Amino acid sequence: MIPASWYLILSAALFLIGVLGFFLKRNIIALLLSVEIMLNAVNLTFVVFSDQHRQISGQIFVFFVLVVAAAEAAVGLALVIAMFRNRESLNVDRSNLLKW
Amino acid sequence: MIQILFFFFAAVAAGAAINVLVQKHVLYSALSLILMLTAMSVLFILLRADFLAVIQVIVYAGAIMVLFVFVIMLLNLPEDEDGADRLRWLKFIGIPLGLFFFFLVGATVWNVEPGSGTQAPFVGSPQAIGRALFTDYLLPFEVTSLLILIALVGAVVFAKKDL
Amino acid sequence: MIEYLTSFDFLVLMIKVIVIFGGVMSALAYLTWIERKVMARVQMRPGPTRVGPFGLLQPLADGLKFLFKEDVIPTNANRFLFVAAPIVSLVAALLSFSVIPFGPWLQVTDLSVGLLFIFAITSLGVYGIVLGGWASNSKYPLMGAMRSSAQMISYELSLTLSVVGVLMIANTLSLSQLVASQQSTWLGFIPRWNIFLQPVAFLVYVVSAVAETNRLPFDLAESEQELVAGWHTEYSSMKFAMFMLAEYANMVTVSALATIMFLGGWSGPLFGPNWLQAALPTVWFVLKIFVFIFFYVLLRSTIPRFRYDQLMKFGWKVLLPLSLANILVTSFIVAIS
Repeated sequence: MIPASWYLILSAALFLIGVLGFFLKRNIIALLLSVEIMLNAVNLTFVVFSDQHRQISGQIFVFFVLVVAAAEAAVGLALVIAMFRNRESLNVDRSNLLKW
Repeated sequence: MIQILFFFFAAVAAGAAINVLVQKHVLYSALSLILMLTAMSVLFILLRADFLAVIQVIVYAGAIMVLFVFVIMLLNLPEDEDGADRLRWLKFIGIPLGLFFFFLVGATVWNVEPGSGTQAPFVGSPQAIGRALFTDYLLPFEVTSLLILIALVGAVVFAKKDL
Repeated sequence: MIEYLTSFDFLVLMIKVIVIFGGVMSALAYLTWIERKVMARVQMRPGPTRVGPFGLLQPLADGLKFLFKEDVIPTNANRFLFVAAPIVSLVAALLSFSVIPFGPWLQVTDLSVGLLFIFAITSLGVYGIVLGGWASNSKYPLMGAMRSSAQMISYELSLTLSVVGVLMIANTLSLSQLVASQQSTWLGFIPRWNIFLQPVAFLVYVVSAVAETNRLPFDLAESEQELVAGWHTEYSSMKFAMFMLAEYANMVTVSALATIMFLGGWSGPLFGPNWLQAALPTVWFVLKIFVFIFFYVLLRSTIPRFRYDQLMKFGWKVLLPLSLANILVTSFIVAIS
């Protein structure tokens, strides 16, 4: 029997790793991967509570999070391709023209 | 036995997530993410959400990550440039702050009480999810199909050569 | 834990694993023999005849040849991914056999979502091809890998959607219950197989299965005339043998799924003494799988190859709408009856 708090600690750790990756990486695709890590940590939290309270709505929500993550990954990668065509680099620091 | 499984796959998930950050080439990061997704799928099975576990492998690790790997391979990126960026010292502040944040959240969730709900055995079987999805959550289900259509059109428009 | 490891259940499980795995691996080796013999006979030549009677020891000779060949890793190849790619392919191909019921009591584990498990493992097998093509650092493998993986993920859609009609009829995702739902008969002698209830789904499934396993007529990604050998151009000796084994194992997996879902799995007439009745379901199952394998090999020796754009158009514009229409019609009929 595994207490729910262990799962929640793991979920917090994964979310933290996602947040750190989002702030510290410069490659756009690595940023998208960090967002996926964060979404997965949230999925784990939902499933833990769905198991604890014996309701199915937690897993339904994970379903929708999965779908939204798929849609966001597709559009994000299309944007990455468009950006790469214009600038030949995936470094986010090269895409700060709005600062001028 | 369950505890051995939990510790092993939790370690795999956390290790793969850290590996996503550590690797220089973004393809290795994507492959580590696939490993993390399959480890999370096993954790879902331990939490009696077996339909969701298999769907996670099919959709996330088998389709979304294939998209990522395709884009990385087609763009043929070199390893990350180590140019003079002003954010290099950021990780020396970021990681301790992040650990502090983690201990804060961890202390909060450590005292989660056992939940309410019926005492009946509960399994996230396809029948249970299907029943809930098509009765209580029918509107969000239909709206997500519209969302996927929008994402499809958006992705095609953004990736076209002649806009 | 130590009580479980020394209990009777664990021993039975280990025996099942050894029987199924051993049987499947030797069947894969002899699949190469079947393919070469049948293709040869279609082309009016004898095929392998020298090694053993009727060339039956040819797979052993091939295995020895693969073991003794020089293992070449190209200079600029990505070593880790180059070695990992065939492992991913082979593990994903063989893992599907853990949920397939070879008989009433010959199934390693009966997951409640067994069918989806096989589809999940098949979609993980795409990574073996993609990584193998990328890691070889050469243009033919890269193009072959991109084409092949795009083809595989496109036909996975019509593959999974074509079986939804069967799932609506049987109301379960577990493979042994799918077999059990086809046990009865109509009129006393016509078995209640799903191929009579879902003919369109059967055709869509078989065509998608041929495309999913990269066999002719859908094998532009590994054709000799166009791409040398596709994604496994740079591979030699045991790694190439692993890719080949993975391809044949995929063929056997989709054939086994086709018999389970459409031809009733291991059900068949039982007769004879008790020991024969225990072994007969497995014999029927293996015979039905061989019908599909024979069909695959005949298809390879007769039909010309599709061009790549024809292939993708066929998958997206013909098979996918057909399987969706099948789902619509089936759900309508199930709802009104």
